[in-house]
Amino acid sequence: MTHPIPPGTRDVLPDEMRELRALTDRMRAAFDRARYGEIHTPALEYEDVLRLGDERAAGAAYRLFDEHGAVLALRSDATIPIARVVASRYQDAEPPLRFCYFTHSYRAVDRGVGESREFLQGGLELIGDGGAEGEAEVVTVMVAALEEAGLRRHRLGVGDSALYRRLLHSFGVREDRHTAVMAALSQRDLVGLEFEVGRLGLPAAERDELLRVPEMRGGREVIDRAGGPVGEALDGLRRLHELLERRGVADRVIFDLGLVRALGYYTGVVFEVYDPAVGFTLGGGGRYDDLLGRFGRDLPACGIAVDVERVHVAQAAEEALR
Amino acid sequence: MSALMVAVPRGALFDDTLDLLDRLGTDVSEVRGNDRKLLFAEPGIVTMRPSDVPTYVEHGSADIGITGKDVLLEQAQRKVYELVDLGYGVCRMVVAAPAGGDPVASALKRLGRVRIATKYPRVAARHFAETGRQVEIVEVKGSVELAPLTGLVDAIVDLTATGRTLEENDLVVLEEVGVCTARLIANPVAHKLKAAEIDRLVQRIRS
Repeated sequence: MTHPIPPGTRDVLPDEMRELRALTDRMRAAFDRARYGEIHTPALEYEDVLRLGDERAAGAAYRLFDEHGAVLALRSDATIPIARVVASRYQDAEPPLRFCYFTHSYRAVDRGVGESREFLQGGLELIGDGGAEGEAEVVTVMVAALEEAGLRRHRLGVGDSALYRRLLHSFGVREDRHTAVMAALSQRDLVGLEFEVGRLGLPAAERDELLRVPEMRGGREVIDRAGGPVGEALDGLRRLHELLERRGVADRVIFDLGLVRALGYYTGVVFEVYDPAVGFTLGGGGRYDDLLGRFGRDLPACGIAVDVERVHVAQAAEEALR
Repeated sequence: MSALMVAVPRGALFDDTLDLLDRLGTDVSEVRGNDRKLLFAEPGIVTMRPSDVPTYVEHGSADIGITGKDVLLEQAQRKVYELVDLGYGVCRMVVAAPAGGDPVASALKRLGRVRIATKYPRVAARHFAETGRQVEIVEVKGSVELAPLTGLVDAIVDLTATGRTLEENDLVVLEEVGVCTARLIANPVAHKLKAAEIDRLVQRIRS
């Protein structure tokens, strides 16, 4: 006799659990060496507290009432709870603060297949460092942790979530016309983007610039080749590249000027994690300089997380190659 | 471009797609002459029905693929990048009903909703929702044209290229939902990790 569990959830049996445990232990060791202390926060939070961080409570999909009628929500990521912890428990602590976590988060399943309602994220957050130094550090630590986990060909995509909007502004496109353009860009529907950008009625040179940006991805040459208003906006990425080069991980990074992330709280640099063995992104992150301020401790921050089960798939594929 | 695995749709888009790959310098002669074989390792081609192309590309089993915009609209939740409108395979997505009168309007007026048969349930539902009409969707797999003739539904939403099949079954077009063409799509991870190969291909398609 079998009994169902909700689609998008699963049981983990000992053989798989042993491998997952070994994998997270190795990643944890890499985080630990870089002095990122592991933190645990409850899966259940007050919904209105999560909402401080993101109007949609970061997309929390499951809500329930406690015995007093207060609305609780299952966290949909680890970053907002950590922002809450920093504001509440580290009110006077001298930044920078470094945290890592391996926790389950919960999201709605749109289509049932291949999506997880409950997923295990491993990630790190660097709080109180507002510059490219901080970004270079989290990239370097994540690259090392994945290496330790057994990946060999992983890459980090790096973009700037504010770049495209800044471009639209500099071309005098009104805010209310950004939405359709940004929607096409975030899905990389380049046919749709061409249509939406065409409707803005811009001069040909500006239109071409807007259409070229999502195709600009690759190594350092992407930044060097970008001229005009795009080139000027890339000082941050240029500096990041220098720092990554010094840390010996620059060849792991793919600059991707059209990269935007779905979560609303990113303010600048954004990351995605790839491995050729897996058709989906392994994870992502970015800089979120406004989030902690909303909880009452105004500090810049950035972080990256990966879906541990997808890393496991990549690791198994790497092993098969050897 | 041999480094890329391309998902090629069998069916209406098959010949045009092979012509395109031919022009781009891929040797497709083996694919052309072979109805049953599905995977061609040498030119890097997998063949499948058009509605499976987004699945293979999303999962990265193919780096890029060609399929109709109708398929992409119906499977809008797929995480694939749409890179180029290839321009061929032009079809119209239409609402059609038996000739004589407007069964959609009269069903809405008297019964408050219209029954629609389609192979594109999401596209049809979205079209009627956006135009503020209540709809009951009946999903069918085979010839949709049969459904209104037997009284199963009031009208259909379907793709038509020449309008011949509609005509032969005494159906007339009431509304156009949109125009669909073949599109080049890419896996998001391949779009980054094989950027040079994909860009080279896109450039040659455009030139």
